[in-house]
Amino acid sequence: MLEVKHLEKSYQKDKPALTDINFSVEPGTFVAIIGPSGAGKTTILRSLNQLIKDDGGQILLDGGDIRTANKTQLRHYRRQIGMVFQNYNLVERLTVIENVLHGRLGYKSTLAGVFGRYTEEEKQEALTLLKKVGLEEFALQRCSDLSGGQKQRVGIARSLIQHPKIILCDEPIASLDPASSQTVMQLLKDLTTEFNIICIANLHQIGLAKDYADRIIGIRHGKMVFDEDADTLSEEILETLYDQNATEELG
Amino acid sequence: MQTPVNYLARKHWKQTGIIALIGGIYLLSSYVLKFDGLGGVIAIPKAFAWLGINFRPTANSTQYLPSIWQKLLGTVMLAIASTVVASIIAIFVAILGSKVTGGNSIIQTIVRGIASFFRNIPLVAWAMILLFSFKQSDFTGFLALLLMSVGYLIRAFMEIIEDEASETMLALKATGASYFQVIFQAVIPQIMPSLISWILYMIENNVRDATLVGILTGTGIGFVFDIYYKSFRFDAAGMTVLSIIIVVIVLELLSNQIRKVIL
Ligand SMILES: Nc1ncnc2c1ncn2[C@@H]1O[C@H](COP(=O)(O)OP(=O)(O)OP(=O)(O)O)[C@@H](O)[C@H]1O
Ligand SMILES: [Mg+2]
Repeated sequence: MLEVKHLEKSYQKDKPALTDINFSVEPGTFVAIIGPSGAGKTTILRSLNQLIKDDGGQILLDGGDIRTANKTQLRHYRRQIGMVFQNYNLVERLTVIENVLHGRLGYKSTLAGVFGRYTEEEKQEALTLLKKVGLEEFALQRCSDLSGGQKQRVGIARSLIQHPKIILCDEPIASLDPASSQTVMQLLKDLTTEFNIICIANLHQIGLAKDYADRIIGIRHGKMVFDEDADTLSEEILETLYDQNATEELG
Repeated sequence: MQTPVNYLARKHWKQTGIIALIGGIYLLSSYVLKFDGLGGVIAIPKAFAWLGINFRPTANSTQYLPSIWQKLLGTVMLAIASTVVASIIAIFVAILGSKVTGGNSIIQTIVRGIASFFRNIPLVAWAMILLFSFKQSDFTGFLALLLMSVGYLIRAFMEIIEDEASETMLALKATGASYFQVIFQAVIPQIMPSLISWILYMIENNVRDATLVGILTGTGIGFVFDIYYKSFRFDAAGMTVLSIIIVVIVLELLSNQIRKVIL
């Protein structure tokens, strides 16, 4: 279980990017975070695996606080948290399977990792996961030769091989066409249930968020505006998230 | 309060000012140096004509070819060796100094300082300084080229790392990979094509520069050229220049071909 309590962050003094963020998520839940540009979605996600050092609060993964972890502990937390990026962030020159195997680095000794020495089981698992995301024939292709949707599925396979408790997705479909977007969202939803993991995705498409997520958290100006079941989320609440923002920004 | 309109207006004036300043500097310096811009331009065709007549290799000058090519090969090897060693040094220093892979800001500043120090001392000055310690030898040339190349390559590699590797680095950091794993599994493979491209460029450049350094250190093709030139064997000197041009062009074609394959 993931619990976020009183999370705070400001990049500049007196300009809070996040104020008092509170939520908790059970395994097997797909959460979408929505909100206007600059609301703080990326900041939340990157605080969760401490790519950004936040200023205060607690982030508890099964009771342990990620925020106060030392270097080794942080590595151990991070390998349980997969991350999927808008621009895929693969090593384009390497093959698909090599990129998937990168997800195992957190479990390896430094030397084995530096030389890219993976065990037979790890290689087999990489192939199994590639099959799961529908890319088994592409294992030995260079990533630079793949389409955006395919690259994103490699990114997802890379996070799955970490055996994650959480997968964080920062606008995973923002660079994809509608059909690939559907594929990726469906994949994330299915994996969440199948592996009983927590999936948190920043999204700009409210329609897709409602279709695929179990829960939707609305963020505006670094504050949580709502935290609702995707099914019961009403149009009015949604409108306030964007409308008020628009009027405020005009004013 | 700065509005966009007066920001743009000020920018416009700044640009006009800068252009005027450059023009002024040109006029002032040609006055100080008594440099006649127009006369210089008119003299260019004449200079080429003189070159064409005096430096034209004759059938007789082919006798020099074996010694020219032997020295030329040595010079090319020297350039390649110094560039390769410089690249290996530069990549590690660049990793230490870049904003995304580097240590703290003190280390970054030191690395930037070192790189610009080696880069900004002219090659000729390096060669002269090193002549004191290492006398006239191939090693002096090697070291002079090495030091300057290290300066250039550190700077180039740091920029490549910052531009091309930061996103993949972030992804691998997020998986819990350690620093060295991230460097060897993400950063180096990701930047390899740009790295090789720069190394090839540096080799081409160093072949040209090695000629110049050779004149000072009394080695390689530069030395040969110097001897022919000073003993008024202009046709042989011309033959030397022609050989250098051919080698440089071939190298350039070759490295373009390699770039096409790796990029
Ligand atoms: N490195 C940074 N330095 C200073 N301010 C930053 C930095 N990163 C983000 N911010 C500010 O923090 C706020 C939240 O940014 P964040 O990137 O989390 O927004 P977001 O909701 O992800 O937006 P988007 O939908 O455009 O990706 C913004 O006002 C942004 O300008
Ligand atoms: Mg964002």
